[in-house]
Amino acid sequence: MVMGQKVLMKGNEAIAEAAVRAGCRFYAGYPITPQNEIPEYMSWRQYEAGGQFVQAESELAAINMVYGAGGAGTRAMTSSSSPGISLKQEGMSYLAGAEVPAVIVNMVRCGPGLGGIQPAQSDYFQATRGGGHGDYHMLVLAGESVQEMVDLTCLAFDKADEYRNPVLLLGDAILGQIMEPVTLPDPVDTAGLPDKPWATTGTGGLRRRNVINSLDLRPESLERHNLKLKAKYDRMASSEQRHAGYRIDDATLVLVAYGSTARICRRAVDLARREGIAAGLLRPISLWPFPAEAFEAAVPRAGAFLAVEMSLGQMVEDVRLAVQFRRPVYFYGRTGGVVPTPAEVLVQIRETAGACGASTAPAASGAARGGGLVK
Amino acid sequence: MSNPAACEPGRSDNVPATHELVLAGFGGQGILAMGQLLAYAGMLEEKHVSWLPSYGAEMRGGTANCTVVISDEPVASPVSSRPSIVVAMNDPSLDRFEPTVRPGGLLLINTSLCGRQARRQDVRVLEVPATGIADELGEGRVANMVMLGALLGATGLVGAQSVLESLAKVLPPRRHGLIPLNQRALLRGQEIAARHS
Repeated sequence: MVMGQKVLMKGNEAIAEAAVRAGCRFYAGYPITPQNEIPEYMSWRQYEAGGQFVQAESELAAINMVYGAGGAGTRAMTSSSSPGISLKQEGMSYLAGAEVPAVIVNMVRCGPGLGGIQPAQSDYFQATRGGGHGDYHMLVLAGESVQEMVDLTCLAFDKADEYRNPVLLLGDAILGQIMEPVTLPDPVDTAGLPDKPWATTGTGGLRRRNVINSLDLRPESLERHNLKLKAKYDRMASSEQRHAGYRIDDATLVLVAYGSTARICRRAVDLARREGIAAGLLRPISLWPFPAEAFEAAVPRAGAFLAVEMSLGQMVEDVRLAVQFRRPVYFYGRTGGVVPTPAEVLVQIRETAGACGASTAPAASGAARGGGLVK
Repeated sequence: MSNPAACEPGRSDNVPATHELVLAGFGGQGILAMGQLLAYAGMLEEKHVSWLPSYGAEMRGGTANCTVVISDEPVASPVSSRPSIVVAMNDPSLDRFEPTVRPGGLLLINTSLCGRQARRQDVRVLEVPATGIADELGEGRVANMVMLGALLGATGLVGAQSVLESLAKVLPPRRHGLIPLNQRALLRGQEIAARHS
């Protein structure tokens, strides 16, 4: 593949290639639709790159292999889709507890249970609220295009190492299956990556042994460890907020959506603008930490917020926390694998704009921004 | 979506054109490949493109369809409930997707396998005996290329040369011997479109 040139690639394959270029030299996974192209691609690409690929006997085995590989200092990754990610939660909690960097990809499909194989965003709570047991957080990144997922994959490996923490890439079945033009990053030189003095690489008789472990039976000691983790999460919360805006500067109705849904909303925003509704889009890219700071800038201008998700209402809770009852927050969601269309979102925009008075042109919308709207 | 230019492929004015296509047929007809070639060719012509397959418990003989968006601006929604162009390679696809074509849009029908004519009066219809022509060419599997040729002929969406270039990139070298046959199939499709324009 020629460097720096655009190629047409499926989301899943592009993420796998980006991971290899970011220095990932260990992948373990277990098949599940709609992310199978990731292990399929890795099965030959890791071999080519001099890394290791394991089709594990289960999701649980795969995440624990990643735990081991990550603990030994290798850039390691696993991927799955919703029911498989549920099975990996125990290992993800261990990774966080033992401060082992790893990248985990969830190409979300609809649930609950085995659910279906169509796109969904119904794993938001699981992704951002721990998922596994214990007090922990992962950096959770969600792109909206193949290019952005590629860029975020590279970022995920850097951030996982920087914070010694697992990073979750949250996609959905559309992003896994879609083909789009993408410019791939140049491969990193794995020998040039920052040193990991904590990794279990063998002492060679020259240093004290390193230990990768999440068990600590002494309450005071474990509390000290957890407070250290908390300080790390606080650093992440203040430094790692990411978002993008679309036609948001003069928007009185601010849609909030991430991933594929954000693209559908962007089209709906354009349609609404043609009808004179001053709509815009705030797109969280980091789901944890949620980009609350971006809402501080948006609240004074906005009359209302409309969260759109392929779920029954999960991210909308973070929107409410960020807006803090200063403006009304509405919700529209589809579930079960149904993808909302731009026309359906437009209907919601019209209704919401009607309810909150945002349907006038921005110049005349001063009244719509008044305190009278606050619920 | 309500972009009027999008309904009239080939029309050029100041409104950026966005074409949303649904290609549909049964598994094994090369529906997904047809869409990929179109997207690839669009990319070579420096347009913004996306290709999204239907997927699931798909198999040879089952249903297959994909949505392709080719646009002058970055592709917003990769899904479309009102495509500007629909290609129906068999009866079930015609039944399912004919009602979704945007008024003023284009409907291409593979008459070799579709037992009925179009019902819509408000769309442009192009009848292409794609499978029959492919059989005449000695290889039924190039019906998708005949249809693609007709689509290009009717819309000018991308150049046939870009499609052939894409084919050379997508096919492994050991399959490049098939390119001339695919080229003939494309040409036959383009001729059908020219005859009906």
